[in-house]
Amino acid sequence: MKEEKHIIFLFFLPSIIFLAVLFIYPFLYGFYLSFTNEEGEWTLENYLTFFKDPWEVRTIWTTFKIALPATLISILLAIPFSYYMRHGIKGERLISFFLILPVTLGTVLVAEGMLSYMGPAGWLNQFLKAIGIIKEPLRLTHNYTGVVLGLIIHNFPYALLMLLGYVSGIDPNLEKAAQILGADGWYIFRKVIFPLWVPGIAMAFSLNFVMAFSVYPTAVLLGQPSGPTRVMSISVFHWAMEKFNFNVGSAIAMVMGLIELIVILVVMSLRQRMFKGGSMVGKA
Amino acid sequence: MKKKIRISGVLFYIALAVFIINILGILGTVVLNSVGKEWYGGIFPKYFTLEWYSYMAKDHDLPQLLFVTFAVVISVTAIALLIGIPTAYGLARYDFKFKGLLLSMLLLPMLIPPMTYGIPLAAMLYKVGLATKISGVIIANLIPIVPFVILILTPFIEQIDPNIESAAKILGAGRFQTFLKILIPLSLPGIFTASILSIVRTIAMFELTFLVSGPKSQTIVVALYYDAYAAGVRPPQAIDALAVVYFLITMTCLVIALRFVSPTQMVFRLED
Repeated sequence: MKEEKHIIFLFFLPSIIFLAVLFIYPFLYGFYLSFTNEEGEWTLENYLTFFKDPWEVRTIWTTFKIALPATLISILLAIPFSYYMRHGIKGERLISFFLILPVTLGTVLVAEGMLSYMGPAGWLNQFLKAIGIIKEPLRLTHNYTGVVLGLIIHNFPYALLMLLGYVSGIDPNLEKAAQILGADGWYIFRKVIFPLWVPGIAMAFSLNFVMAFSVYPTAVLLGQPSGPTRVMSISVFHWAMEKFNFNVGSAIAMVMGLIELIVILVVMSLRQRMFKGGSMVGKA
Repeated sequence: MKKKIRISGVLFYIALAVFIINILGILGTVVLNSVGKEWYGGIFPKYFTLEWYSYMAKDHDLPQLLFVTFAVVISVTAIALLIGIPTAYGLARYDFKFKGLLLSMLLLPMLIPPMTYGIPLAAMLYKVGLATKISGVIIANLIPIVPFVILILTPFIEQIDPNIESAAKILGAGRFQTFLKILIPLSLPGIFTASILSIVRTIAMFELTFLVSGPKSQTIVVALYYDAYAAGVRPPQAIDALAVVYFLITMTCLVIALRFVSPTQMVFRLED
């Protein structure tokens, strides 16, 4: 089509303005805030406030300690599940419905429900006691375990549906060919499907990790936000919205974003080193 | 070989059942607690009552809460469509130099968690005086939804035969007329899908609304969070009553959405 360039540009103008004003500008503004004080003078103090205080710096470690296991467990569970579901299974619609449920309902409702369901007198503990697995109720809320469980309940279905999207996009003929050539199930998974699946798994891992790393409501409602589960988001929120110090708040948010970026880059470079050419996947 | 498949199948369904039972347990507790009285351990509450709902409705000014929620959800969806449709059309029809760059810029707001960019955004909105207002909440929620709408719409528009547009042009329709009379009606299924998914997402969007809303511009999910956060202030059953209201709204939208889209479409998926 021989369209003039400036007319094509008009189609994109609304979203370019949108991106510039609502996404790029706030980012630059946050960057600026993080390096200035309230008088607008350039300073490193905001970062020093964070890094000099052991109580604040510990949030980085705390967040990793929560986000990494939660992400790993979600992904490692999701891989066999989605692999099993790759050609479609019986009752798939119903299963998918229950999987999408916690994702759609969001972290707040799930956390609120878990408080009573997994609490000391909740159904879960009553049940486990009744069948004799435990004598004393398990402590699953208001601690580290509660936050990790809450994240898994939210992230496992998310990871599963994402991985399912990728694995069901791999050309089934490859698998058939391998089968005809005499490969068994484990061999097919290891040598045919998995290498083609790695880009999808890397992507799912990155997104899940980033989501888990910025956990907020789950860490507050199901954990101990003033101690063992004081994650970076809580620290950011505390500085920006409770102390109304957007300078320090932005600085911590920048650190958080940087860590997320580094983790994604590490995952992506690992993927590239492990499987060159793995991205040649047949799309659904 | 046959037996091995059966074992993995059994394992699969058992594990899935455990997951589903726990989800049902979590939701079931919320629902039962909201209509129960004197539930101290035991499987079910002793009495059933609806008094927590009236308590919650008075406590929260429920009509106001519902009004804000729906005003935000509908405005966000409508504005996102207005911004997104031309872009989706452009992406579907033209190739140009910076297409890759534009696409990755559009993906970023969906990839970066709201807690990360929400603070600078809130700072900006406070500075221009839009924070704590409904308009501020709408603006904040647009950020992940506009790219989402564009990504859903683009493949729908790609499927429309460009010859139809050419035909309209040959018959004398202007560009704008073609867009309005040919393209929009033909992409209605895509627009519908994008709307329903963006409604579901906006209702459940907690972080951004939480960061920029004030007491009068809260959506239900934020009000629910504050209730759960200040748990000692009101009876837990009243909190669960609000949770059930939120649950019912989200469920209704989800059930409608699932009639038209597959669940894998509802989570993010990146094409390499």
